[in-house]
Amino acid sequence: MNNNVMRSDLGKVQGLGSAKHGVGHWKIQRITAIGMIPLVLWFIPSLLITILSGYSVSIEWIKNPFNATGLILLIGTLFFHASLGLQVVIEDYVHSEGLKIISITFIKLLSILLGVLSILCVLKICL
Amino acid sequence: MNRPRPLSPHLQIYKPQITSILSILHRMTGVSLSIGSLIIVLWIVSLSLGAESYSYFVSIANHWFGHLVLMGFSFALYYHLSNGIRHLFWDAGFGFELKSVYISGSLVVVSAFIMTILTWSFVYFF
Repeated sequence: MNNNVMRSDLGKVQGLGSAKHGVGHWKIQRITAIGMIPLVLWFIPSLLITILSGYSVSIEWIKNPFNATGLILLIGTLFFHASLGLQVVIEDYVHSEGLKIISITFIKLLSILLGVLSILCVLKICL
Repeated sequence: MNRPRPLSPHLQIYKPQITSILSILHRMTGVSLSIGSLIIVLWIVSLSLGAESYSYFVSIANHWFGHLVLMGFSFALYYHLSNGIRHLFWDAGFGFELKSVYISGSLVVVSAFIMTILTWSFVYFF
């Protein structure tokens, strides 16, 4: 950066990246949040009723394609929303650049792993 | 370039206020719910593995400590849900007056408690 004098104002700031993909992140966090509202309001009472009724009722409940669809959407939206939220928390509190990248990558991979595992279990029950 | 930069006053300088408490509580419940989502994973995995593993899951969940964790989970969920809706209203540009912020904040806390109590009354009395 010794020859800063020769660089234009645009050239000096390019690549330093202030916002990067900030708007997309912000927007998808809100969209998944809106999606979670009906999913959670549907899931909690259904879950309570099926869980309290035992194993076979829970299995029958998931075998219903509408419930299975809702469950898969809930799992996907949940882990998407959670990884976006945890990313923001990590970005705010973890100041070492290397640890930041490692922990965000770890969170994202773990979210994908748990999401795929859960969805596969739903499919195994309902198919 | 290398001299220490001035620091802004830290969190403990400020008197706790309902606005700041509710704000940090949104993050704390969000992180707790992310960890708590493992309960949902365990539930669906044990269910898919068959009746025996599911009864094992239920026996742990039905322990008094399991109920305590689930109560905390449900309160965190209802708080994050209510305060999340409050945030969405702010994002749309509504409710920024100090009076509205206080009213919506109290509403969020009250609704989180009411929904938690309703849920657990259902579990214990029906």
